[in-house]
Amino acid sequence: MPKIIIDGNEIEFKQGQTIIEAAKDHGIEIPHFCWHPKLSVSGNCRMCLVEVEKMPKLVIACATVASEGMVVHTQSPKTIAARNAVMEFLLINHPLDCPICDEAGECKLQDYAYQHSIGESRFVEEKVHKDKRVKIGPRVMFDAERCISCSRCIRFCDEIAKDSELTFTRRGDRVTITTFPGEELDNPYSMNVVDICPVGALTNADFRFKARVWDMSHTNSICIGCSRGCNIEIWVRNNEILRLTPRHNEDVNSYWMCDHGRLNTFKFVNSETRVNSPHIRKEGQLIRVSWDEAFAEAASRLRTFGKDQIAVIGSAYATCEDNYLVSKFAKNILGTGNLDFIRHIDYSFADDILRKEDLTPNSLGAELMGVKPLKNGLNVEEIIKSIKEGKIKALYLIEDDILTADPEIETYLAKLELLIVHAANFNQSTNFADIVFPAATYAEKNGTFINFQGRLQRIRPAVATIEVDRALEGMALSRLDKFGTKFDRWAQGKHFDARATWKILTSLSNAFGSRWKYKMAEDVFDEMVSSIPELKGLNYDIIGDLGVQLKLEKVNVV
Amino acid sequence: MAQTSDSLKKRKKDLTFWQKIYIPEIAKGLALTFKNMIRPKFTMEYPEEKFIPPPSYRGRPVLVLEETGEERCVACGLCSRVCPALAIEVQAAETEREKERYPQKFEINMLRCIFCGLCEEVCPEEAIVMSKDYELAFTNREDAIYGKDKLLTPVSQLKDRIEFLRKYK
Ligand code: SF4
Ligand code: SF4
Ligand code: SF4
Ligand code: SF4
Ligand code: FES
Repeated sequence: MPKIIIDGNEIEFKQGQTIIEAAKDHGIEIPHFCWHPKLSVSGNCRMCLVEVEKMPKLVIACATVASEGMVVHTQSPKTIAARNAVMEFLLINHPLDCPICDEAGECKLQDYAYQHSIGESRFVEEKVHKDKRVKIGPRVMFDAERCISCSRCIRFCDEIAKDSELTFTRRGDRVTITTFPGEELDNPYSMNVVDICPVGALTNADFRFKARVWDMSHTNSICIGCSRGCNIEIWVRNNEILRLTPRHNEDVNSYWMCDHGRLNTFKFVNSETRVNSPHIRKEGQLIRVSWDEAFAEAASRLRTFGKDQIAVIGSAYATCEDNYLVSKFAKNILGTGNLDFIRHIDYSFADDILRKEDLTPNSLGAELMGVKPLKNGLNVEEIIKSIKEGKIKALYLIEDDILTADPEIETYLAKLELLIVHAANFNQSTNFADIVFPAATYAEKNGTFINFQGRLQRIRPAVATIEVDRALEGMALSRLDKFGTKFDRWAQGKHFDARATWKILTSLSNAFGSRWKYKMAEDVFDEMVSSIPELKGLNYDIIGDLGVQLKLEKVNVV
Repeated sequence: MAQTSDSLKKRKKDLTFWQKIYIPEIAKGLALTFKNMIRPKFTMEYPEEKFIPPPSYRGRPVLVLEETGEERCVACGLCSRVCPALAIEVQAAETEREKERYPQKFEINMLRCIFCGLCEEVCPEEAIVMSKDYELAFTNREDAIYGKDKLLTPVSQLKDRIEFLRKYK
């Protein structure tokens, strides 16, 4: 492999790589604004200037292809002076906005001003004023004064979202970003520009001003919006999710996620409609009861039905651990083969960027865990048909709404003798339920999902529940979480009385007299590993933050 | 220690006759007592009489209310971040005003506050300053959390401190 020398270190590079890429691969960061690993090179910010021996002038590291024997200096007096000059230039018209800017704390310009600027400006004239608070699209706000004209947002729309909506207009210090006439920044991936904008020029209209970045904890997780399973971070303050951001995983979602996933997959966690503690229907009303009462009631009523009168519906929204125990519970405890889960397919959602037609995160997982009809057992359509015919008298429904599979079933649900539902939020099915168990959401539990590629990925709890303590469980802690007491209003965020489905089923099975010993999701996973050949040799540490690719025979449930 | 006992020994040995008979020393002491009895009083009869501290005094932190009736604070959260006692909670929100951000909620927990003045020092807007108010007594924890209603103080009442800050900060 050819080699270049950066700051005295000899490093190998791949033919065709630029200096900045070669440096990045070896953990050397060359300051940059406009360069992004997944976008074309535009070379307009000049922040990445470096000195290359035998070249007459400084060169930009993002656009200069590395060649054998090149000697690069990123810390020489000349480069440092150049960087400082670029910073001073960029800051000439940049407003002193940090106190009111949402980017503060995660702003490249702010960071570089500390690292690479001497902090003095010789500019005494009036700064150029431009439009602030422009609604450049339905989900993104634009502040023209803060823009440093790096063109990352333009290139993102052109190259990644494949929907050219943005462009530069005017020149010199008047240059600004605008949408093409009659257009809005409204492509399904528009909010990624908020992440890649190195300054606070483009902000998330939904999250704006909700919290300072340094007040939130962030937890690695997976988006549940579709079977792509984009890697994300969940940002939480005071036990409330405030935003989701994409997390880099080259095998799944690169640096991106879609706006639907970013906006529509977390608000239910802290919503008013959450089921808080178990409920039993008494005299037509769902009444809050204790866990023990709910388990005893569920066990005693389930016992009164014959195997063929019961059906169990698992969930592609639930984790593999949950579904593994759903399957075990149906087969071993209830002894029924009427077992399946509901598919949520919408071809209009899919595109050839990230979005997939399967709107659940874990269809492959549910299937691999054995949530499918046994021999002579009924599948979902047949279960629904049998409910209508009155053959199925008891339904155990996990984390889903059966009315989405067949709206006509509404009238028949009331006729069921027993409907038990695990639900995070009250929905149309819980309206008819006799017993409702409050299910922990994906943001409140450990577990794994298998995405459409057959990639096994982990989710982790970001929001604490009554029984899952943030500190004891080793969850991410913000500064406020660490030092808050029960007397601090900013530490009294809502905690729901909800449990993961695998945990509910463990207690319920034990109410049937079995001896399930799962204490953690990991215990369930370890058992899965020993009984499912596809998972052989895996554990939570191996899956890690980026997941592992499984070798599945069939890689499409649809 | 050794030094003290040495000097004591030395003094005992060095006492003069008049000192040894003691009476003139008593007279001297009493003279001092009488002198102080007739001197003007120093004690302040608080709370009938109030102590008005100098501008350098750090009483409870308050928010500056402009003459227009708007707070200066832009809810940047820096005071909350710097506060070593985690006394300050700020919730920002959007406004139509020129500075697009304002504190929807601003609370200082006076049981946490240690009157260090760091919030005042860090504030980019000169929006939180240390007042002269030192009268803080609560009968329960909830009362000790001061919201915007108690914190907002007209700028006219804070002139002293603001001038002091501009001169010395
Ligand atoms: S809005 Fe942000 S990303 Fe777009 S050109 Fe300006 S600084 Fe760059
Ligand atoms: S593509 Fe799918 S997984 Fe990715 S962010 Fe969108 S909804 Fe979520
Ligand atoms: S530092 Fe000043 S402007 Fe910022 S939140 Fe505190 S009082 Fe408001
Ligand atoms: S004076 Fe000190 S302790 Fe009190 S609120 Fe300000 S920073 Fe916190
Ligand atoms: S990063 Fe190279 S010119 Fe902007």
